[in-house]
Amino acid sequence: MIRKNAPVLLEVRDLSAKIEGRTILKGINFTVRAGEVHAIMGPNGSGKSTFAKVLSGHPSYQVTGGHVLFEGRNLLDLTPEERARAGVFLGFQYPIEVPGVTNSSFLRLAYNTVQGARGAEELDPLEFDDFVREKMKLLEMDPAFLVRSVNAGFSGGEKKRNEILQMALLAPKLAVLDETDSGLDIDALRVVANGVNKLHTQDIGLVLVTHYQRLLNYIEPDYVHVIEGGRIIKTGDKSLALELEARGYDWVAAEFKGMAAA
Amino acid sequence: MSVESRNDYLDNLLHGREAVSDAGSAWQRTLRMRAVERANELTVPTTRDEEWRFTDLSPLYRIPFRPAASAGILEKSRIHAFAIPEAETRLVFVDGHYSTELSQVNSNDGVTVGNLADVSGSSEAVAETHLAQLAAIDADVFAAVNTAFLRDGALIHVASDRVVNTPIHLLFVATRTDSAAYPRVLVVAETGARCTVVEDFIGVADGAYLTDAVSEFYLAENARVSHVKLQRETPTAFHIANTSVRVAHGGHYATWTVALGARISRHNLSIAQAGEATEFSVDGLALISGRQLADTHSSIDHAHPHGRSRQLHKTVVGGAAHAVFNGKILVRQGAQQTDSGQQSRNLLISDKARVDTKPQLEIFADDVKCAHGATVGQIEADELFYLKSRGLSDTAARNLLTYAFAAQVIERIPVKSLVDQLEKTVLEQTQTREPA
Repeated sequence: MIRKNAPVLLEVRDLSAKIEGRTILKGINFTVRAGEVHAIMGPNGSGKSTFAKVLSGHPSYQVTGGHVLFEGRNLLDLTPEERARAGVFLGFQYPIEVPGVTNSSFLRLAYNTVQGARGAEELDPLEFDDFVREKMKLLEMDPAFLVRSVNAGFSGGEKKRNEILQMALLAPKLAVLDETDSGLDIDALRVVANGVNKLHTQDIGLVLVTHYQRLLNYIEPDYVHVIEGGRIIKTGDKSLALELEARGYDWVAAEFKGMAAA
Repeated sequence: MSVESRNDYLDNLLHGREAVSDAGSAWQRTLRMRAVERANELTVPTTRDEEWRFTDLSPLYRIPFRPAASAGILEKSRIHAFAIPEAETRLVFVDGHYSTELSQVNSNDGVTVGNLADVSGSSEAVAETHLAQLAAIDADVFAAVNTAFLRDGALIHVASDRVVNTPIHLLFVATRTDSAAYPRVLVVAETGARCTVVEDFIGVADGAYLTDAVSEFYLAENARVSHVKLQRETPTAFHIANTSVRVAHGGHYATWTVALGARISRHNLSIAQAGEATEFSVDGLALISGRQLADTHSSIDHAHPHGRSRQLHKTVVGGAAHAVFNGKILVRQGAQQTDSGQQSRNLLISDKARVDTKPQLEIFADDVKCAHGATVGQIEADELFYLKSRGLSDTAARNLLTYAFAAQVIERIPVKSLVDQLEKTVLEQTQTREPA
C-alpha cells in the first residue's frame, strides 16, 4: 500500500557491487517506504538476486560504491546478523540444508537471538513450541517439519514455506524475498503467497525479487522495477508486470537504450 | 628403531603372559601358543610401513605396558554415567578382567552372553569353532598379542531366528596406569538371528595405558547385527582395535564407530562378504582435539554378487590433532552387481588440525556401481551466511554447524540413550565461547 507520509525504510543510492572482480550492480537507486510492495523483475543474470544478497550482507559480494540506509542507519556497516536483528530479512532462493540440526531448535535459536537483541521476551522450548505451531498454521505446514533437520530433504515448496515461517518468527520491517515463487507448484504458491500477505502490514516493506509475473497475481505490487545490466531501467505499477509477461524484457532494454541515446 | 629393539618391545608386551598361559581348555592354550609364535614372527609397525604411514606409534613404544594381574578397584558409581538404560544385559571388564559384580546378565532362551573364560558345553564349542578364525593374528601384531593373552572376553551367541530386542552393552574400563588390557569380543549370530551390540571403551586411570582390543563378528544367513563401537578412553591412553566381520548370504551388518578419546587410536575394521546379497552400513565419527591422533583403516571386501555397502566416515579435527582415514573397497571378480558407496567428510576447525584421507578402490568386476568421495574443509560459507542472516552470531553459527556435522553420524545410532549421551558430549566438545 502506498501512503504519502509513510516513513522511508530503505534508501539505496548509486549502489554498485562486484563478485570475484566482476561488477554486477552498476548504480542502483531504490526507495522503500513502510507498507509498500516492490517487485524487482528482470532477465536471468540482470543482477536482481545479487541486489537481494548485497542488502543482507552476503560476504561474497563487495560493495564498490553508493550507500544504503535502513531506517536512517548505514546498513552497509552492519554484519549480516546485525542486519537480521535490526529487521532486515532475506528469503533465500535456495534455502540451505543443515543436516543434523532440528528445525525447531534452529528456529528457536534464531527467534530468541533476535528477540534478545531487540530487548524482547525469549521463549523456553515449551512456550516456543506453542508459538511456532501457531505460525505454521499460517503456512499450512505440518508440525512434523519441526523435528526434521533444517531443510534437509524438504521439497522445493517445503523449503519456501520454511523460509516464510522464519519471516513470520523474526518479524522483520523489511523482507526481501528472492525468487520465493521458483520451484513451487500452483497450490504451494498460493499457500506461500497467502502467508506473506497475512504477514504484510502497513509497517512492513516488502521487496519481491522474481523472474515471473505469476507471484504478483497473489501479492499485488505497488511498484514494479525492471533490472537490466545491474541498473533499474524502468519503474511502473502492477500493469508493467503484465506487460513484461506478454512482451518479454527486450523491449524495455531497447527503450532504455533509446532514452540513453537521445 | 632397529629390528632388535622392536622385538624387545614385543618381549616386554608378551612378558607376564605366564599368568594366563595355563588357563582354560586345551584348545585355548593351543590358540595362545600359536598366537605367541605368530607375534614373535611379526614386528611392531613403524611409519615406514605403508599401512602406518601417518600413525607414529613411537610414544607407545616408550612405555613398557604390562597386563594388570588383577582388576583395579572400581566403584559402581564411577561407571554410572556410562550406563545404557535400554540394555538389559551388560558385561563389564575392568583392566581386562571380567567383573561379575558390575555385570548384569539377563538370560534369554537361545541367547548366550557371558565371559569367554567361563563358557562350557555347546557355548564353548561355538567359541572354539570361531575364535581367532577372522582376526588377523597372522598379519597384525596387535591382534596376535591380544590372542596371546586370551582369557576373559565377551561371547555373544544368538541362536537361529532369535531376536534380542535390547542392546547388549560391553563395557571395558581401564583403571591402572602403565598397564595393558586385551579386550576380546566374539559375536556369533546364527541364521536369521538379530542383535545389537555396544562395545564401549572407557578409562578412569590417571596416566597412560594401552587397550589392545580384538572383536570378531560372524553373521550367518539373513542375520542382522547392529554394532556400535565407542572409544572414549582418557586423553593419555593408547587404543588399538581390530574388528573383523564376516557376513553370509542375505546378512545385514550395520556399524557405528565413534572415536572421542585416546592420545593415539587406531581402528582396523574389516568386513567381508561370505555370500550373496549382503548389506553393510558403515558409519564412523572421530571427534578429536589437542594433540590427539585418530586413525581408521577400513576394508570392505565384496567377494560375492549383489552386495551393497554404504560407508560414511566423518572427522571433526581441532587443536593440533590429526585424523587419518584409509578406506579400502575391494570388489572381486565374481562380485557382479555390487553397489558400493563411500564418503569421507572431514571438518577442520583449527589452523593446525590435520587430516589424511585416502579412499582406495580396487575393482575387478565389470558390472558394478561404486561411488566414492572425500572432502576436507572448513565450515561452508553459504551455510554460515544462512544462519547469520537469521540473526545468529558468527560463533553461534559455527558452533551449530560443527555440532550438526558430527551429529549426523550420532543420530543414526539405534540406541536412543546413547544418541542423547553422545550428542551432549559432541555439544560440549565442539562449542567455543563468544568473544567478549
